[in-house]
Amino acid sequence: MKLKNTLLSILAIIALGQTAYAGGGDDPLLTMLKLDQFEIRNASENLQVWEGSFWIGHDINKLYVYSTGEATKNGLESSQNELVYSRAIAPFWDAQAGLSYDKNANTSRTWAEVAIAGLAPYYFETRAALLFNNEGNIGLRLDAEYDALLTQKLILTPSFEADFYTKDDPQMQIGSGLANVEAGLRLRYEIVREVAPYVGVVWEKTFGNTADYNPVNETNFVAGVKFWF
Amino acid sequence: MQRRTFVKGLAATSLLALSTSTIEAKSTHKSISNTDTLRGKEFFLTIDYTSVNLTGEEAVATTVNGQISGPTLIWQEGDTITLHVTNRLEKSSSIHWHGIILPTDMDGVPGISFDGIAPNTTFTYTFTVRQHGTYWYHSHSGFQEQTGLYGAIVILPKKKEPFSYDKDYVIQLSDWSDEKPTSIYKKLKQMSDYYNFSQRTVGDFIDEIKKKGLGKAFEDRSMWNRMRMSDRDISDITAYTYTYLMNGQNPATQFKALFKKGQKIRLRLVNSAAMTFFDVRIPGLKMTVVAADGNHVKPVTVDEIRLGVAETYDVIVQPKENKAYAIFAQNMGHTGYAMGSLTPSTTLLASPPKLDPIPKLSMVDMGMDMGRMKKKKGKSMKCSSTMNMSNKKAMKKYKFQAMEDQKYPITKLPMATGPQSTMKAVSPKYRLDDPGVGLRNNGRKVLTYADLKNRYSTRHDKKPDREIILHLTGNMERYMWSINGIKYTDSQPLQFHYGERLRITFINDTMMNHPMHLHGLWSDLETGDDNHLVRKHTVIVQPGSKISYRVTVDVKGAWAYHCHLLYHMGGMFRKVVVA
Repeated sequence: MKLKNTLLSILAIIALGQTAYAGGGDDPLLTMLKLDQFEIRNASENLQVWEGSFWIGHDINKLYVYSTGEATKNGLESSQNELVYSRAIAPFWDAQAGLSYDKNANTSRTWAEVAIAGLAPYYFETRAALLFNNEGNIGLRLDAEYDALLTQKLILTPSFEADFYTKDDPQMQIGSGLANVEAGLRLRYEIVREVAPYVGVVWEKTFGNTADYNPVNETNFVAGVKFWF
Repeated sequence: MQRRTFVKGLAATSLLALSTSTIEAKSTHKSISNTDTLRGKEFFLTIDYTSVNLTGEEAVATTVNGQISGPTLIWQEGDTITLHVTNRLEKSSSIHWHGIILPTDMDGVPGISFDGIAPNTTFTYTFTVRQHGTYWYHSHSGFQEQTGLYGAIVILPKKKEPFSYDKDYVIQLSDWSDEKPTSIYKKLKQMSDYYNFSQRTVGDFIDEIKKKGLGKAFEDRSMWNRMRMSDRDISDITAYTYTYLMNGQNPATQFKALFKKGQKIRLRLVNSAAMTFFDVRIPGLKMTVVAADGNHVKPVTVDEIRLGVAETYDVIVQPKENKAYAIFAQNMGHTGYAMGSLTPSTTLLASPPKLDPIPKLSMVDMGMDMGRMKKKKGKSMKCSSTMNMSNKKAMKKYKFQAMEDQKYPITKLPMATGPQSTMKAVSPKYRLDDPGVGLRNNGRKVLTYADLKNRYSTRHDKKPDREIILHLTGNMERYMWSINGIKYTDSQPLQFHYGERLRITFINDTMMNHPMHLHGLWSDLETGDDNHLVRKHTVIVQPGSKISYRVTVDVKGAWAYHCHLLYHMGGMFRKVVVA
């Protein structure tokens, strides 16, 4: 119910945005689907990982879906899925609000979420999300990445992610404090702007109680394709 | 598409063109041409879809009378002319007579001067021609101009012109893409550097470290990177998708202008591109500029001219040798070119010269005060552009502009900050003698606005009654463009008072050149001499710079006022109301 209401109100805001721009051909309703990571990792179970986003909207107001997750040949392992209304509030920054739905093999959690996303100085693509769930847990998820152009088409992308929580949640296998860190380095070749196969290396580690529930400290090679349209 | 007709006329294409040119134009096909010349007082023009092959691929163009460029219209100054324009497209269309002084309802801008020309209807334009020179026309509806809807206008003068020539050619430059314009626009909104393959690489940075040392190299980059600005952001759309045309011919098929040794040739250069500034030169020949935007200027001889989108220049050249000369028009980002041959024979074609190196924007283009920065840093901070600022003549010019700046009451206009604008030119300067990014210190004499002087005295022109300041603003990252941080759909019309003389000052708070076009009223550009203001319809505002012109507000009605880059126009636009 809550989800449905939020969805409806987000759609209403988007629609409002559209009427405000009616008559101006400069700001058409557009969409973009982008898979930044769509890859196989050489971990024990040949893990398949995706991370991507979809947006629909105008210059200032957009509706975003973010999704990231892991699957093995036995099925879905875990995923985080967000639906947020996103508004450009500064030249390089969007403020976002909505819901996040996390799922693993055993259970799921729904969070209310506010986030800030954009291009930080020195061209770091960043996002910081603050999440609240009805068990009183508060989460902070940070993402950053940078594109270093080796040539016009060969691009090296270091990336960094870190998650923090205020409470232990054994069912979701997250503990309080710094929970996990992931650092990646991917080298892609843009055949065209929209399609870029890549190889890379990813280091993941869990910390604190999270490490007690789910000890991870591994480095894996990855291969995948980044694409958008 | 049953109405689709083939572009008529096939130019005899010499295969020589292909063997002598190493260009990206993929076409081995014969291409279109035969732009008609129509003369008289009554004209019948039909807008329709036309199948074209300009790149090696079939595509559908929107054309006038099935031609790219559309027919050249020859008018006589003083005549009252009638133009019946029939729209055979499935969408509303229009033709705007660019730079022509006429009544507001004849200007051809849908939503401002009229309702547009509905499918399968005819609109009749009629007006008296009160000027002479080189102009052009184009659709003012959607992206139709990008897909071929343009042509040249030549207005013959009542009085004999103060220069002579033996032959006269229109050289109309444009940019063509097989991609749909809506797709280009979508890509720019999704990823604004989509078409830019001249970006900085890690290798460039390593080279700079080798040259200047790590600290200095990092310092030089840091301001750009903090501001999230790219010094390689020269043009939004490049040769990656564009094929550049000269009178509808690509560089392989080549437009040919014939001459006999010793003849004086008048070339009417018209930039009808949607998004491309062209740097035009004819290696081996000097060009004497005699008119700018249709109006006579004091003759000035140069090697190279930058044509902003929608600008026109008339030049006279005199080939001394019996050989083919390249009329070479490279795009501002130096990724491609349009080219034709000025030749004694249609079988003799010129080879293109090499493209110039990829240009880089400088701190000056960011609107920084280089003088002040030097002081603040306590050591010399070298500017990648070394404009000759100490030049005494230039200083005198700036002084004149600066004095004008304080003189007239300024009418304050609404300004907005927020997502629409990423940059502010901290210290915008008049840069009339700056040839612009990519042309500085290239060893050639490049025309600048400071070289332009009205052929006739403007001493008795009224002095401005008041002044308005317009900031050109934008957000390259999100691909949004606006004026004073407010885009067109959120703006109020600018109020001009009938009978007044208005001074308009632009400050460019972006890293791009914007060709600003005021409909219906002349823009009398201040180029350093109050007695010889240059009469233009389109004025380039260089990145981070400031420029002023004066407008005699002498035609009532509503007018469009906008950046002539087609994909900037939706936001960087104002309606002007003269009452």
